[in-house]
Amino acid sequence: MKVLKSTLAIVCAAAVLGVSGFAQAGATLDAVQKKGFVQCGVSDGLPGFSVPDASGKILGIDADVCRAVAAAVFGDATKVKFSQLNAKERFTALQSGEVDILSRNTTMTSSRDAGMGLKFPGFITYYDGVGFLVNNKLGVKSAKELDGATICIQAGTTTELNVSDYFRANNLKYTPITFDTSDESAKSLESGRCDVLTSDKSQLFAQRSKLASPKDYSVLPETISKEPLGPVVRNGDDEWLAIVRWVGYAMLNAEEAGITSKNVEAEAKSTKNPDVARLLGADGEYGKDLKVKKDWVVQIVKQVGNYGEVFEKNLGKGTPLEIDRGLNALWTNGGIQYAPPVR
Amino acid sequence: MQTQIGAPKQKLSFSDPKVRAWLFQIITIVAVVSLGWYLFNNTQTNLQHRGITSGFDFLERSAGFGIAQHLIDYTESDSYARVFVIGLLNTLLVTVIGVVLATLLGFIIGVARLSPNWMINKLATVYVEVFRNIPPLLQILFWYFAVFLTMPGPRASHNFGDTFFVSSRGLNMPAALAADGFWPFVVSVVVAIVAIVLMARWANKRFEATGVPFHKFWAGLALLIVIPALCALIFGAPLHWEMPKLQGFNFVGGWVLIPELLALTLALTVYTAAFIAEIVRSGIKSVSHGQTEAARSLGLRPGPTLRKVIIPQALRVIIPPLTSQYLNLAKNSSLAAGIGYPEMVSLFAGTVLNQTGQAIEVIAITMSVYLAISISISLLMNWYNKRIALIER
Repeated sequence: MKVLKSTLAIVCAAAVLGVSGFAQAGATLDAVQKKGFVQCGVSDGLPGFSVPDASGKILGIDADVCRAVAAAVFGDATKVKFSQLNAKERFTALQSGEVDILSRNTTMTSSRDAGMGLKFPGFITYYDGVGFLVNNKLGVKSAKELDGATICIQAGTTTELNVSDYFRANNLKYTPITFDTSDESAKSLESGRCDVLTSDKSQLFAQRSKLASPKDYSVLPETISKEPLGPVVRNGDDEWLAIVRWVGYAMLNAEEAGITSKNVEAEAKSTKNPDVARLLGADGEYGKDLKVKKDWVVQIVKQVGNYGEVFEKNLGKGTPLEIDRGLNALWTNGGIQYAPPVR
Repeated sequence: MQTQIGAPKQKLSFSDPKVRAWLFQIITIVAVVSLGWYLFNNTQTNLQHRGITSGFDFLERSAGFGIAQHLIDYTESDSYARVFVIGLLNTLLVTVIGVVLATLLGFIIGVARLSPNWMINKLATVYVEVFRNIPPLLQILFWYFAVFLTMPGPRASHNFGDTFFVSSRGLNMPAALAADGFWPFVVSVVVAIVAIVLMARWANKRFEATGVPFHKFWAGLALLIVIPALCALIFGAPLHWEMPKLQGFNFVGGWVLIPELLALTLALTVYTAAFIAEIVRSGIKSVSHGQTEAARSLGLRPGPTLRKVIIPQALRVIIPPLTSQYLNLAKNSSLAAGIGYPEMVSLFAGTVLNQTGQAIEVIAITMSVYLAISISISLLMNWYNKRIALIER
């Protein structure tokens, strides 16, 4: 009944736009503080990014971004409620105010940032790109050999457009089969309905880990697009936008300064480094400017972790996904994760 | 005539039922209009305030994504408006095929349920009870995931005489392409149809005048075969066939019915036919047994009794509920979104909505399409119902 549910959700959300009042700058933070939790939109189940565990707790790097925002606003990372959204529902849910943040492996593009009533704070949770997952039996070694292939894609994603661009640019033919959920497309790949499953590379690794025999499938070397995935907020509330943006940057800055969930409290009390003192609220009123707690970064790092810790916990070597930091390493380590300073 | 001077002048009074009626009508209209205006205005303001683009300009922008099945030419650089047309055609395709097949199957099962043969009767009953009572979405998912997707891949497909191939990619079959004799053939078919109409008129006239029946069906069939066949002999074959060939990942050439279409059509046909069977059965039952007896005593054999006496009377009972089954089938086709068949809901209210973010416009368009399809079916069936209704003289 997923289809009906999602259509219904879109219709309801459209109806909400019809009867709800105006959005105002600051309204989101006020509303969040009044209801006592952050409503966070996440995916319908993507290992490493947002996926429920056996007890129903949502795990993953996208979910942790929301927890970090809650830690900054309330000093308590557990004050988050999650809404699981499929790709088609996500923007309507945010536009209509059903969720306060959409942290759902969503690619930042100009049209989404400007034309849809949404704003990307600019913090990128994960730098990704579209790739291809194929059955080894086909003997395909490069995406250029995919002429005539049938391709499973998740509906309503930038992937749909990127795949079409790539095949047109290389003068190759393909047949797209689009499904609402990633589970359906994975099932169709296994049954042989399509030759190739295409999605952001991180998702391909995650989906492969869910297949019956992951060994029989491999990810092709090509990355055919830029997919910077990050949180999204509603347009027109700069205050809330700034909070989400700087929560993300704070996690990066903490990693860069070597502050971890283990040493953060000691550092906050005894640091001699003026940079760290500003970041951890020992010096200045930077939290107050953002209208969050004075010790906001201490709470984020203590309860959720710095960016590196969150990455390793959810996606890194210790997980079934085993994803390298790659582009997502700090700029000081050869990656492109670079956060402006807190001062 | 003299004006009534002394008559009491009618005053507007609340106790006058006419005045009250008008007043309430006006209040209702004002309430409905202002509610509509409020919703419209508030939506507009909110959309503007949140910086959401509105309007229908997006229909002209190029879509940029591929579509698995399109009945008209389509490339990624075509507009969203064309995507809309493709979605609409795909919905209509399923609806039309589904309606035709479900009607045929439904009539057969319905008649079978009345059969005196115990075996046929019980089989039809089991069919109706099983398929009527399982939700259509489950049936669609069953046909798709459990039947079509478990077929072997294209390289190991079931091969029927090197012309038809069934695999998890669907049903591949030869494509008919126009050859030299194509246009003469079309002309000859038109000629044959005209000849059949003339023949039927003549036969009807003779039947009314003399009462001698004529084998219209067989004569018509003969005309339809002989005239085009002669034409093909003279001008050459009207069509040549392009065979599907295995090349690379998949079959190349020929026509393909994708498994999404097959699963959807099959599921909707089987589901709706169960309801139609019950409608047909009740329709036939509604014709009193005396009609059969009267026909038999006039010397009509069982076949003509059914065709000429029972069915025409049963149709009057069958048509109205049949209309609502057709409407259900058209609307149920939107369940295809669950298996990725590119029809209105999945393609337009799904992909297009998400790529453009214009939920209100897209949903409004989609709703009006279903409304339009349903009303068209309704009008058509009402017209037919009127035509076959009992004409009282």
